[in-house]
Amino acid sequence: MATYQNVFTRVQVRGPIHEVPLPRGSSPRLGKGGFNHLLGRIGEAQIGPIYLGTSGIMSLVFGFFAIEIIGFNMLASVNWSPIQFVRQLPWLALEPPAPSYGLRIPPLANGGWWILAGFFLTLSILLWWVRMYRRARALGLGTHTPWAFASAIWLYLVLGFIRPLLLGHWSEAVPFGIFPHLDWTAAFSLRYGNLFYNPFHMLSITFLYGSAVLFAMHGATVLATSRFGAEREVEQIIDRGTAFERGALLWRWCMGFNATAESIHRWAWWFAVLVPLTGGIGILMTGTVVDNWYLWGVKHGFAPHYPPLNHSVDPALTYGGPK
Amino acid sequence: MSFGLKIAGALAVVAGVFVASHFTHPPVITIQRGYRGTGDEIVYLPSTLEHLRATNQAPAPEPAQDPAGQPASQVYQNLKVLGKVDANEFLRLMASITNWVAPQQGCTYCHNQENLAYDTNYAKIVARRMLQMTEHINKDWQSHVKSTGVTCYTCHRGLPVPTYIWFNAPPPAPNAVGGFAEANQGKNLVSTVAADASLPYDPLTTFLEQSNEIRVQSTQALPGSDNVSIKGADWTYALMMSMSVGLGVNCNYCHNTRAFRDWDQSPPQRVTAWYGIRMVRDLNNNYLDPLKTVFPTNRLGALGDSPKIQCATCHKGVYKPLFGVSMVKDYPEIGANGGVDLTANIGSVGDFKEKP
Repeated sequence: MATYQNVFTRVQVRGPIHEVPLPRGSSPRLGKGGFNHLLGRIGEAQIGPIYLGTSGIMSLVFGFFAIEIIGFNMLASVNWSPIQFVRQLPWLALEPPAPSYGLRIPPLANGGWWILAGFFLTLSILLWWVRMYRRARALGLGTHTPWAFASAIWLYLVLGFIRPLLLGHWSEAVPFGIFPHLDWTAAFSLRYGNLFYNPFHMLSITFLYGSAVLFAMHGATVLATSRFGAEREVEQIIDRGTAFERGALLWRWCMGFNATAESIHRWAWWFAVLVPLTGGIGILMTGTVVDNWYLWGVKHGFAPHYPPLNHSVDPALTYGGPK
Repeated sequence: MSFGLKIAGALAVVAGVFVASHFTHPPVITIQRGYRGTGDEIVYLPSTLEHLRATNQAPAPEPAQDPAGQPASQVYQNLKVLGKVDANEFLRLMASITNWVAPQQGCTYCHNQENLAYDTNYAKIVARRMLQMTEHINKDWQSHVKSTGVTCYTCHRGLPVPTYIWFNAPPPAPNAVGGFAEANQGKNLVSTVAADASLPYDPLTTFLEQSNEIRVQSTQALPGSDNVSIKGADWTYALMMSMSVGLGVNCNYCHNTRAFRDWDQSPPQRVTAWYGIRMVRDLNNNYLDPLKTVFPTNRLGALGDSPKIQCATCHKGVYKPLFGVSMVKDYPEIGANGGVDLTANIGSVGDFKEKP
């Protein structure tokens, strides 16, 4: 009997290409669809046809503009050397304007490209959201997926647009680059006095790790009860004595409480959505209403105090000059 | 063996080589620096420490000499900075400097073989200034070097050109499209000085030659007068990485990382390091930069500047150079109360040469 025992799916369903009729006014789908054995090992073997539609095509076009602007500026920064571009790609970036420009539009060479790339990337992402929403509606689904995506877009907009706007400086935004955007997060925490003391950062981390734990618990439960047919979990939401209820029993025996086949998915959805939602609030508060999170934690009595082991004194107090 | 297994095996070998060459392995030594449970620990790797111990040994001092009873200036010609030193001490110091700085090349790395008193070699002029610098450090920068002090060997380690010197970085690539593409940002390339991060690649000019503000963390909980940008924090971060690598220590050797700026929670090493930054600025500006007129062009940087020092130039990856062994105690003539003439004119190449 075919079983699911690891990440590789040993069962591949091969039949006629599976499709549903499209509602009135839809664009045609691209491609005829086909099967791929290797992809079938980790997921559904059928590839395509894909539905792009107007918003999908526009999103790809604007996204292409953004990637081109970022990529060619990176290439210029290594003097158009393709070899150096490949070698140093993780280090390269397109940087936001200097603080002196405030919210003005700087020359292309000094942050103007960053604004253009950000504009096109934002347009592309928003159009992709529209596309997700409209595809969900077209298939007669709820809109949980686009709203979850909207939560991520919220964090993206806070980082690159809303917070810089509130602070009056494009320079506060994130560079487009692999290592540079990671360095930015470290510099951000250093500048604003340790982000770990930001309660919304704490919440975001809680939901992030919580999401991972919930995913593992749920995945394990469904796999463990699949021998009784628990992968048909949604059908089993309201019935007693089903395979899914067997999994619920496990949790009730282990920790006295269990989610239901329906509520576990609401838990998971909210945990995931709350990661960027709370994170975005934490970022938005940084520099706008709180300037040093550690000192803020001291002020509100939740950063624990340890008696200092050494009484180092700032030498600049007596020495003078730049610090 | 199936094709898939072969591919998987090859991938496993590549991954194994990557992990073995890029990651450190246990055991690690942790040294507690703060209250238990706060994670305030410095991490050392025994293998690294072993290597550093082996490569950072102070050489034995030359045997002590009975004083000659007369200053070197009465015995030798053309002494500008060491004239007041006892003649026998002077000879011993010259022999030591040869071992410290030019053991392969010998006396002639600085001196004219025909007549050691001639000023025909730029290296001799530079050496005079470096002797003044050494005594200046031992005398005026005890806030950083304490009584341990420094000698030529602290930086040179048997090499005429010390390791970990640096130059002002030229812009990495000419902007080939006439200002149309993004201008050089001073960052977002491999920054070797900042532990290969994408941070600014030349924080040393900014902070160890120029005197720009290093502190970036706001001093109050709520927004107010602190207007440092995140970009500014990038520069400080790069400087701090150069110090961390240069001393072979974690951030918490000098900081309590939960509140980097707070002096009250900082280990005393931070005060020492603070003076170190000022010392390096002083030495780069007053001793090394002016030597650019003395050095030949092949010793200068791409922008025509002198070789300069940073933390690593002396420390060589060790928290205290030579693990805190004081060499200068055996060479009091270049120590805090030594005999180097700090204000003497060091002369220039060709100044002193007898007419044939």
